[in-house]
Amino acid sequence: MIQPIALEICVVCLGIFLLMAESFSFKSNKVTLAHGAIFGLVCVFILSFFIETNPAGIQDSGFYVLDSLSLFFKRFAILATILTLILAIDYLPIVQRLVPAERPEAGSGEFFILPVFTCAGLMWMASAADFIMIFCALELVTISLYIQVAYTRRSLASLEAGTKFLVLGALSTGFFIYGITWIFGMTGETNLAFIEKNLSIVPEANHTAILFGLAMVLVAIGFKIAAAPFQFWVPDVYQGAPTPITAYLAVASKAAGFVILIRVLQPFFVLESFQGKLILVLMLLAALTLIYGNLAAIPQTNFKRLLGYSSIAHAGYLLVGLAAIGDAFAGRAVVFYLGGYFLMTFLAFLVMVPVTKATGGDDLSHFNGLARRAPGLALAMLIAAASLAGVPFTVGFFGKFFIFEAAMNQELYLLVLIGVVTVASGFYYYFKVIRAMYWQPAPEGCGEVAVSPLSKLAIGLCTLLILVLGFYPQLLIRFLP
Amino acid sequence: MSSVSPLLFLILVPILSAVLVMAGANPRFTSILGAALNVLFLLAVAVFFNPAQEGFQFVSSFSVVPQLGISFTLGADGLSLIMLFLSVIVTLAAVCVARAPLENTRWFYASILLISAGVVGAFASVDVFFFYMFHELALIPTFLLIGIWGSGDRQAAAWKATVYLATGSFILLLGIIGLYLIQPEGARSFDLRQMVANAQAGQVPDSPVVYLLLLVGFGILVSLFPFHTWAPQAYASAPAPASMLHAGVLKKFGLYGLIRLAVPILPESVQAFAPILLTLLACNILYVGYCTIAQRKLDLMLGYSSVMHMGYIFLGFVALNQVSLTGASLMLLSHGLTIAVLFALCGEIRERTGTLDFSELGGIARATPKLGLAFGFAAMASVGLPGFVGFAGELLVFFGAFATGEPQMGFLDDKEVFGFNGYQIATICAVWGIVISAIYMLRAYRRVFMGPLSDRWSRLTDLSGFPHAAIVILLAIMLFFGFVPQILVNLVTPALLLP
Repeated sequence: MIQPIALEICVVCLGIFLLMAESFSFKSNKVTLAHGAIFGLVCVFILSFFIETNPAGIQDSGFYVLDSLSLFFKRFAILATILTLILAIDYLPIVQRLVPAERPEAGSGEFFILPVFTCAGLMWMASAADFIMIFCALELVTISLYIQVAYTRRSLASLEAGTKFLVLGALSTGFFIYGITWIFGMTGETNLAFIEKNLSIVPEANHTAILFGLAMVLVAIGFKIAAAPFQFWVPDVYQGAPTPITAYLAVASKAAGFVILIRVLQPFFVLESFQGKLILVLMLLAALTLIYGNLAAIPQTNFKRLLGYSSIAHAGYLLVGLAAIGDAFAGRAVVFYLGGYFLMTFLAFLVMVPVTKATGGDDLSHFNGLARRAPGLALAMLIAAASLAGVPFTVGFFGKFFIFEAAMNQELYLLVLIGVVTVASGFYYYFKVIRAMYWQPAPEGCGEVAVSPLSKLAIGLCTLLILVLGFYPQLLIRFLP
Repeated sequence: MSSVSPLLFLILVPILSAVLVMAGANPRFTSILGAALNVLFLLAVAVFFNPAQEGFQFVSSFSVVPQLGISFTLGADGLSLIMLFLSVIVTLAAVCVARAPLENTRWFYASILLISAGVVGAFASVDVFFFYMFHELALIPTFLLIGIWGSGDRQAAAWKATVYLATGSFILLLGIIGLYLIQPEGARSFDLRQMVANAQAGQVPDSPVVYLLLLVGFGILVSLFPFHTWAPQAYASAPAPASMLHAGVLKKFGLYGLIRLAVPILPESVQAFAPILLTLLACNILYVGYCTIAQRKLDLMLGYSSVMHMGYIFLGFVALNQVSLTGASLMLLSHGLTIAVLFALCGEIRERTGTLDFSELGGIARATPKLGLAFGFAAMASVGLPGFVGFAGELLVFFGAFATGEPQMGFLDDKEVFGFNGYQIATICAVWGIVISAIYMLRAYRRVFMGPLSDRWSRLTDLSGFPHAAIVILLAIMLFFGFVPQILVNLVTPALLLP
């Protein structure tokens, strides 16, 4: 049996190896690097099924937990990285145009290697059970993402996105650290398990201070998961960043934020007096996020930006699920929703990249008449949009259903009502892309939409999974913690 | 999984046909073949159906989410058999009258077949969750059908219908979740049989909130006043097959759901909210009825008339007795067939003339006698003339509803006088509604078919081929059941679970 930490070590080694290979190889084809990275990650993914669960040494250390939740998110991170790399291969010509270099292929190697490091950070984060560990993993993820967001240096939008992301990321890091110190000051611990033990002996008078610390931590995580009112960086960064990185941000970074949120909140939920307040805060965040994300998405005309707002909206539904965490099924509902969100968001981006390459833009109008130019791609996007909106027989519907069921069971009626109204607006803005593809005529003189075989495979798999899980969600629920 | 239900094939045939059509088979031929195959399938099922037996037959179950008691359970009883019959026969008619558009023929037929699969699946589901899911299968095909091949202000109509229906269906989803949550813990399930058993055992509290959610959700889908504004425009703009399936079959889903869910499980709430529903349905009949009279175009007029007729079925539902519910069930079938024929004929007229404006049409029965005759029949059926199945349905609804509730006694000049109660007033409004529908139908008939034939329309071709056959078959079914409605009554009676 393999030690669990071996997975992260493997991924870091893979990244270092790829960096070396890039420096010393004389072959100028960088795509080989991406293929190598994908192959390596697939190996790690397979490896993850053979690791030892709950070895004794790890349980005692308290730094690192390996439960089914963390294992699930490790695999989630690996798959997200693989899909990001597939997107990046397709996106390479645009990157090469926008990166200043003597030769066109120079300076594009890191574009494939940095996600591998981010992946390692995400995997650590899934297992981190100590504030310090969480912080380190979070920084590894965030710093590598800073570079990736601003990677296309000739694009002003990308630079702007990078700066915004950097400044606000740093700000949220500040909040995080500040919160941790307050909690540490009051409980004397940074380890979540020990904090849980100490909470019961902390005098009542100090509870306010702990709550203040926790609030700071929540603000920081709110930035990561793009919950309103900490969402204002999202639209600009999503629009400006290179498309594969946008997908990575939207899926992996957000999922990691939710894992942290689940982990951090767990010990504090034990105390009755905290539970009520935390749920109230979560409800408030959820309501704001739902309303803001869905309403602001309505007038968007740029598809990437639209997906940015949609990712805020989905964070709202996930928060509804977290607010209903008292329900036995709510935890699984949240994780299931994330799984579904993974599939449909990546599918949307996988279709978007070839369309961007063929038409030169990512506005909704660039999708005009896609159904006539590339019926297969249009069908895939139709299914992605339907799933994002929550049409039955797609995974997105089951996600929303489970969340609403849990919330109704916990009697969060107001939140559910807001959820339904926002779902309706979601139908409006997601169907805009369907309208563009199917109703509008194709513009004159746009190029052939070419899709690489690897992308085709990914698109096919995502589409199939969305439909299969939309009929038989048990397939995924079985793997959930 | 127990044995496979033959009903599964009814769902799979249209889906497979749609896949074949998309894959490159001849669209029109494949669609008609698939739809005809489904009709034969259903007739075979009906032959083996035992009307004397209570409960669902041909049941097969496949657990989907055991944690929440969701399973893919198919089955049919008398009521669902009637609805399945309506679905397959209207599908066949819809693909027969479908005019292949010049481009994207494949999507056109595939969309129609998907809607058909959705309605068949909904009516064949015993599990409430899948009942709901299948209904939503029609959402995207409808959006595409109206948006791409519609007429008039099609884009606005498609948007309005889609957003309205999506909102309604999510409200309905909350109602269904609520229905699940009021079941006693430990016996919770989405299986209709389990829900009804719990209710009959007295373990389900009668929750007014759940009923209201169901009523508003289903009400939006059925175009109950004041949630009806999406319907007339959408039906008017949609291509004929889409309106036939949507107005004829899909819309019956909501009323079918209310009869299936609210009657056995939440009867007290139905009665408690009866005054509100009676007011709304009276508005459906009178207000929308007068709107119908005011229409100047045939397609919009039919759209409004289909909204108006929902009022009668709601009346049968809310009166909550054996007679009225039987009448409502009969009306589900009769209205479905009638409005399907009317929309089919409307599509044929548009195909020939390019306009449906009353002021431009006139006298075309001289050029197209078969079309005129068929429209005359359908118009009479829509009004509810004896001899058509609609008459039997309306009569039962009126009798049932008028007999409901206590008579209102009051004092006038110190003498005790008899007054009508709410049910009776609503019934009177409904009877007046027949006069209204006679007015608009006859006026439409006169404006379109009678009068002098202008030169512009003198060379119109008459009905022929597949569309003609489909329309004749639908009319024949209406007449057949109109003369022997007892067949339907016998089928429906054991399926109605009265409180």
